[in-house]
Amino acid sequence: MVSPSFFQENEFFLDQSRCIGCQACVQACAECDTHRGHAMIHLEYIDRPTGVQTAPVVCMHCEDPTCAQVCPADAIKQDDDGIVHSAAKPRCVSCSNCVIACPFGVPKMNNGYELMMKCDMCYDRTSLGKKPMCATVCPSDALYFGKREDIERIRQEKPVNEFQFGLQTVKTKVNMMTAQENENIPVDVADFMAGATFTLPETRTGAPDVANTAVFDLPEIVKLAKNEPVEELQV
Amino acid sequence: MSQNPKARAFTVGTSLSLATVAGIYFGSGMLEHFDPALFWYAVASVLAAYAVGYRFTLWASRPPSRMYFKRGMQMIFGGGPKYKSNNAPSAAGEIAKSAATNFAAQNFIRERSYFRWIMHLCLSGGCTLAFAVTFPLVFGWLHFTTAPDNAEIYNVVAFGVTVRTFSIHSIEATLAFNALNISAVFVLIGLFMAGYRRLTDAGERATQTFYEDILPLILIAAVTVTGIALTISYKFFDGLYHGSMVWVHLLSVVALIFYIPFGKLFHMFQRTCALCVTAYKKKGAKEEQATCLVTGEEFASQRHVDDLKIVLDELGLNYRFTTEDGKEVHYQDISPQGRRRLIALNQGKLLKR
Repeated sequence: MVSPSFFQENEFFLDQSRCIGCQACVQACAECDTHRGHAMIHLEYIDRPTGVQTAPVVCMHCEDPTCAQVCPADAIKQDDDGIVHSAAKPRCVSCSNCVIACPFGVPKMNNGYELMMKCDMCYDRTSLGKKPMCATVCPSDALYFGKREDIERIRQEKPVNEFQFGLQTVKTKVNMMTAQENENIPVDVADFMAGATFTLPETRTGAPDVANTAVFDLPEIVKLAKNEPVEELQV
Repeated sequence: MSQNPKARAFTVGTSLSLATVAGIYFGSGMLEHFDPALFWYAVASVLAAYAVGYRFTLWASRPPSRMYFKRGMQMIFGGGPKYKSNNAPSAAGEIAKSAATNFAAQNFIRERSYFRWIMHLCLSGGCTLAFAVTFPLVFGWLHFTTAPDNAEIYNVVAFGVTVRTFSIHSIEATLAFNALNISAVFVLIGLFMAGYRRLTDAGERATQTFYEDILPLILIAAVTVTGIALTISYKFFDGLYHGSMVWVHLLSVVALIFYIPFGKLFHMFQRTCALCVTAYKKKGAKEEQATCLVTGEEFASQRHVDDLKIVLDELGLNYRFTTEDGKEVHYQDISPQGRRRLIALNQGKLLKR
């Protein structure tokens, strides 16, 4: 068993905005022994018909997990390391309360098994002092597992572990990267409800969008980086 | 009954214990057929009945568990909220079907793996057979008599009524007298399979704990091995160490009975909730569906979403938003997929990406 300090020295940092949608995390996740061939990570397409944005969703391992509180069978347990595990196999009654109530939309119901399975931060690996599978393979470091001082040194963004869902505050073990001025992540629903547009603003203040340039078309990428006009890709 | 869950649990536990005592007294013909040699087993059963009643009541009183039991009862006996329905199945029928497929056949374990299905059938079937033989004998509900004119003819007497008669040379007699040995063989097969799995399955090894996963196997093994040892002692070794082995067996059985309410084996009572859940899901699937405020897609029955809002309130969790125009939005009206998108969109918005 790993020393208790492993989870104190190493943390999970999630930056969904860095995701490139490569699916490496999905493939790697299924190889975890506790997941038994099933990928527990979600790779969410935000608005597939109109955009390429993807977001990996792992369990945030809430300090006081809502999934465990709404479980009628007392099947979801959090261990001493703060990891919230898949439902206990003998107890789970496959009611899906946890699936519908989790504020992050993480648990998956396997109806055939009558069992809720979820991301457990690859406990078979992390309990032995290894990184979770997804963080090991993520090429863009959207999923990062390591020391807090390292992520603070290499990133402009700041890790926070507090989310505000309306009147409910949720603190998590997993950190999400956000802008320096934020102390937590207030989740806004009104702007994103059905009927509202998902179209991104025309002028984007973040990194240049290379999605509509040819792959490995270096001159165009350089132009974009310099904010010079480029020809629209003809499809 | 008291609204205080602990007081209610105490009342239920005490009632169950008293019912067991009454069952023993009256079921054994005012103790006429109660075997004093089995006294300590009876005492352990009465205490365990209290513990099971206490723990079950506390667990079933938790808001999410209570909701399912309440809705389960309402589906059978009527009442509760009404939703637009399209040929909702009979709740009683669904519960009966679930009892057969989930409780008896344990089909969901077969879906997980054939190895585990056979393992669990051996363990649960063997233990159920052993309990079905042991408790009626311990409580004096069941005893054997010989026919007045023929000592080779046995009568099976249950609650004072002769229910069966057979020759001691019949196959039925062999099966009846060796029921505990037969159950022990099944349990031993299950134990070996479970032990192999606990030692070799990397996923299980990472998450298993001694109290929840190893101790119950040790306790069941202790009961089984000492039980078989009693048979071997009197059959093949003229009762060698039989006297002391009886006490070791008694201790192992009492330890197992006391573990049931407090550990993994309590799931045999908790799975009763699964019966209500199955009927609830089948009914909900035929009713009005909830539509996600973010994706615009149906994601669960409206009944389930509304009930979860009640459960969240009872748990003191408030996932309500108020929009700028003063409207209230409950986060429960957003599907898991909608939530995953929301988190990503909000992160991007805060990072101005």
